[in-house]
Amino acid sequence: MDNKNLTLFNRIKDSDIYFSFIKSPTAILSTLILIIIFFCSFFVELVTPYNPFDPSSLSLMEAFTPPSWTEEGLSKFILGTDGQGRDMLATILYGSRISLIVGFSAVIFALVLGVGLGLSAGYFGGKYEMIVMRLTDVQLTVPSILMALLVDGIARGIISRELHDEMAIYVLIFAIGISEWPQFARVSRAATLVEKNKDYVSASTIIGVSNIIIMFKHILPNIMRPVLVIGTIGLALAIIAEATLSFLGVGVPPTTPSLGTLIRLGNDFLFSGEWWITFFPAIFLVILAFSINLLGDWMRDTLNPKLN
Amino acid sequence: MKSKNLVKFLITILFVFSSTQTFANTIKWSMQGDSLTLDPHAQNEGPTTMVSRQIYEALVTRGLDMSIGPQLAESWEATTPKTWKFNLRKDVKFSDGTPMTSEDVVFSILRAQQRTSDFKEYISTITSVKATDAYTVEIQTREPNPILLNQLSNIFVMSKKWCEENFAMAPQNWDAGQETFSATNSMGTGPFKITLREPNTKTVFKKNSKWWGEVEHNITEIHLLPIKNAATRVAALLSGELDVVTDAPVQDLDRIRASGAHKVQSTPQMRTIFLGMDQAADQLRTGNTGDNPFKKKEVRQALYQAIDIEAIKKKVMRGLSEPAGIITFPGVTGYTKELDERLPYDVDAAKQLLADAGYPDGFEVELRCPNDRYVNDEAICTAVVGMLGKIGVNVSLFAQTKSKHFKELKDNQGDFYMLGWGVPTLDSHYVFHYLYETGASWNKVNFSDSEVDAAIRVMEGEVNLDKRNAAIANAWKIVKDNIAYLPLHHQVISWASKRSVDVPIRPNNEPLFRFSNVR
Repeated sequence: MDNKNLTLFNRIKDSDIYFSFIKSPTAILSTLILIIIFFCSFFVELVTPYNPFDPSSLSLMEAFTPPSWTEEGLSKFILGTDGQGRDMLATILYGSRISLIVGFSAVIFALVLGVGLGLSAGYFGGKYEMIVMRLTDVQLTVPSILMALLVDGIARGIISRELHDEMAIYVLIFAIGISEWPQFARVSRAATLVEKNKDYVSASTIIGVSNIIIMFKHILPNIMRPVLVIGTIGLALAIIAEATLSFLGVGVPPTTPSLGTLIRLGNDFLFSGEWWITFFPAIFLVILAFSINLLGDWMRDTLNPKLN
Repeated sequence: MKSKNLVKFLITILFVFSSTQTFANTIKWSMQGDSLTLDPHAQNEGPTTMVSRQIYEALVTRGLDMSIGPQLAESWEATTPKTWKFNLRKDVKFSDGTPMTSEDVVFSILRAQQRTSDFKEYISTITSVKATDAYTVEIQTREPNPILLNQLSNIFVMSKKWCEENFAMAPQNWDAGQETFSATNSMGTGPFKITLREPNTKTVFKKNSKWWGEVEHNITEIHLLPIKNAATRVAALLSGELDVVTDAPVQDLDRIRASGAHKVQSTPQMRTIFLGMDQAADQLRTGNTGDNPFKKKEVRQALYQAIDIEAIKKKVMRGLSEPAGIITFPGVTGYTKELDERLPYDVDAAKQLLADAGYPDGFEVELRCPNDRYVNDEAICTAVVGMLGKIGVNVSLFAQTKSKHFKELKDNQGDFYMLGWGVPTLDSHYVFHYLYETGASWNKVNFSDSEVDAAIRVMEGEVNLDKRNAAIANAWKIVKDNIAYLPLHHQVISWASKRSVDVPIRPNNEPLFRFSNVR
């Protein structure tokens, strides 16, 4: 009876997770940082008046303006400008939006594929399980960044150049997703193996519930905890993978730069003293990945004590 | 036992010393791109010729001071206005030991005239070439040719026997992507020979001990290690991994100078950077208007006036460029200061011109750029995209590596592109013959003007210098008024090297390692 009167908010407030959350300063801090970053990235039009992708608003004469607190800095460009006269802050926020979109989409793609295959492999067993698991083994022998490079290379071969710039972001999502799914498949299979011998599964089988419903309605919710933990850490990995690929020049095109592209473009000016062009995107990427990782660590400790 | 160990120790010391000695005079040379092919007649492109120049030689050549002097030919004379006689040196041997004779020279000139050669325009006026004896070559030209020597200084001589043995009788068809033996191997009479070739990674030149000339260098090996990324190249130079960089990034020159162990040399280069617009196509391949705006002179002028070349000079080139009004530079026959004046930078006038031409809202087009050929090429293009955006011309940038860029240009895939042009002959004829003549191989804007074509014929055959100069001046005026191309600037090049390495800088950006020394 009591349960029904509780609102969602109160249920969350009474849960173990919430308790653990407010007891953990790192979790609170990293969540706060992430909320700020997400907000600024997705509502960047509200945060900054500049649009770095509108060439008509740029002035080349304002290029290489240092950050505002230095001697030659201008107060209208807080973090300075890059070699084309784009405001660094606006460019970074637009860039991080692309990085976040790619990261999230890639993780969701990997999660759906990995959990689907891992769960069914664990549930059905037999030859099917063997094939899926050997497939993950094979793929885990190839470093994920190489896998992503391979996918990107093939895509460049098939897709015509005119389409490539538009497709680049999807190719990138696919490339990163495909290189991360084995983690999800392994974890969800292991968890399924434990769950499928439990009584509630046997009971469902006996009353004739179909396999699909048992898998996705009964087992899936029970294996979500470890999957969410890897998903969070995987998000940080995916964002870094995207930055790496873009840094290598095979990611998103320079006309819509992500964080990795920005770091690559700024790299040319490191020796000449224009450090802010590469430093700020880099430090932004570090803070972003670090916050996600801290949150992931906390989730692991809370949701899955066995992993400790 | 002990004495045995001592002997072993001494031998080791000896070995270490002797092996380091042999490496002592190696020059590690880097630039952003590599030679496109080792076939000396296949591709007329800067770095490709830079590499060929170390291993191949021509009848005559330009020295350090850029004046023409003898190389494989000892002396020459024009017996009639259209006949030239070249007396070859008798002591020249190819690096495989076979002597070089007039047979090889005749073969090489004919080879460079074949369809697949990119040097055929240099010597298109030569109607016949024959060996009168083993060391004399006679060349006939269609008209009296005042710049034949300039042209011949770029025609490298190959061994006929070597070409026969290695199926390299015709130049590699680079535009069609052909792979030949001569594209990855070389055998010339020059001061160096290539012993290892890994395109875009490493090329090793060794001193050619059979070279005929007086050795003025003390180099035993040159390693060419192309590094595309500017920062990486500078880091490698500063850390001592490289000895000389022939395209030091403009933004890093102060940093390199600040290092006590390095020096920087700069000189205005004989190269002009410009943009080309296809004026013949009925419809732009990458446009959105269904027609070709570049056909209208107003549009070309609008684009011209929308480019703030001073901003590019100051911010992108850090002052190391000279804004250009024509695609040629001081020192070339036909250059004048007045021709080199640019139209003023004026955004409002540009907008007005676009509106007058019927494109008040602008149009879309793709700009093709190399990203590893010219000084800051991609950055210039990005800046141009921004400037054209201000007059409503929505340009998308497509930057790629030079080998693809040039190949696709040659394949007529570009609407709007960047190119740089040097003038190795130091005569305006070279520019017109390649860039402006109807149907010329690098005339990818498809400019065509019968008066210019006629002037080019005059430049080829007129020995009266006043008349010839008048023809050149007239041709420049026509192409400048037509805005056939959008000139940007004359490049200034900077070479950075260790203080202990002496590679004299030359305005054509070609190092001559036979004059280089390592201390």
